[in-house]
Amino acid sequence: MTIRQLELEVMRYDPEKDEAPWFQNYSVPCEEDWAILDAINYVKENIDTTLSYRWSCHMMVCGSCGMMVNGEPSLTCKTFIRDLPDKVRIEPLENFPIERDLVVVLDDVMQKLHKVQPYIIRKDAPPQDKEFKQSPGALEKFKQYTMCINCMCCYAACPQYGLNQNFIGPAALALAHRYNLDSRDQGKSQRLDILADHDGVWDCSFVGACSEVCPKHVDPAAAIQQMKIDGAMEWWKQKLGFPGGES
Amino acid sequence: MAIAKKAVVWGLFAAGGTLSSFIFPALIALFLLVALGFTPDGLQYEHIYAFAASWLGKAALFIVLFLSLWHAAHRLRVVFHDFGVRKDGLIATAVYLVATAGTVMTAFYLYSIN
Ligand code: SF4
Ligand code: SF4
Repeated sequence: MTIRQLELEVMRYDPEKDEAPWFQNYSVPCEEDWAILDAINYVKENIDTTLSYRWSCHMMVCGSCGMMVNGEPSLTCKTFIRDLPDKVRIEPLENFPIERDLVVVLDDVMQKLHKVQPYIIRKDAPPQDKEFKQSPGALEKFKQYTMCINCMCCYAACPQYGLNQNFIGPAALALAHRYNLDSRDQGKSQRLDILADHDGVWDCSFVGACSEVCPKHVDPAAAIQQMKIDGAMEWWKQKLGFPGGES
Repeated sequence: MAIAKKAVVWGLFAAGGTLSSFIFPALIALFLLVALGFTPDGLQYEHIYAFAASWLGKAALFIVLFLSLWHAAHRLRVVFHDFGVRKDGLIATAVYLVATAGTVMTAFYLYSIN
């Protein structure tokens, strides 16, 4: 196994001691098949135990190891050193307040995820004594949106979230769309109140940065555009006095 | 219901964007053609005039101009926002006023062609 020496430039910040974030350099002997997360783990285990960051599964499932790698929002367990230059800058996810070092405060998006009512809403009673039936075609409609692991890379990439923190933002909107598209759900018009509100879908300028960085190939930008069309149609329906559109 | 008014302007923006993305490349190609000295018969003044004087032509021109104006207005509002100008209310009023004025003028001038 050949070893490659990587220079990591890691952002450090301890709000109790530091006035502003600063960079610390670590030289890390990496095995060629390592991901950036392995290199950071090496630092924590062998060089500097005070470094704080989040990670758990190391297999693209938990969504906790999102960081800026050379300026790109990345899932560090999926970002391999063979694709990177010898010098790598690691920063906490952009657009979020820093809690400490590479750990960011996620309270805002957690609230937003909750706000879009990401669960099946029924007006009619669910089927008695049997399961909901859903065809493979109906599942296919929303399946890609179920792949989201809440890594928040899309929020770090989204210029509109950077400008206006009230914007609901890509992952939460994609999640809402996932339930809107679910054939078992009847909560679309209820969700529309939140989604088509001032800070809902309209702020998105369709740059598509969210979809580009998403490590799970979710396409939040597309979800948001589809919801804009829904919202605009619904507005006319209401103005013209049609009964509210229901999924 | 809390559907923001942005829904309306976004609807016009989207419709105008879709329409102009088809029409403007064709217009540019036609302009280049004319500039290079090839003027197809259909582009002669009399033909264009006759088109603009017919009700169908007026309606088509109105839809294209109206939607393009509102598309441009909303685009401009977003550009200001993207450049960090934090006076959205003022900018929205200004750009939509211009679009409204443009719409009225379009209707007036189209009406007066005969
Ligand atoms: S949509 Fe993609 S980038 Fe955004 S939180 Fe979900 S998995 Fe992460
Ligand atoms: S497409 Fe919309 S949500 Fe996605 S990054 Fe761009 S502005 Fe943000």
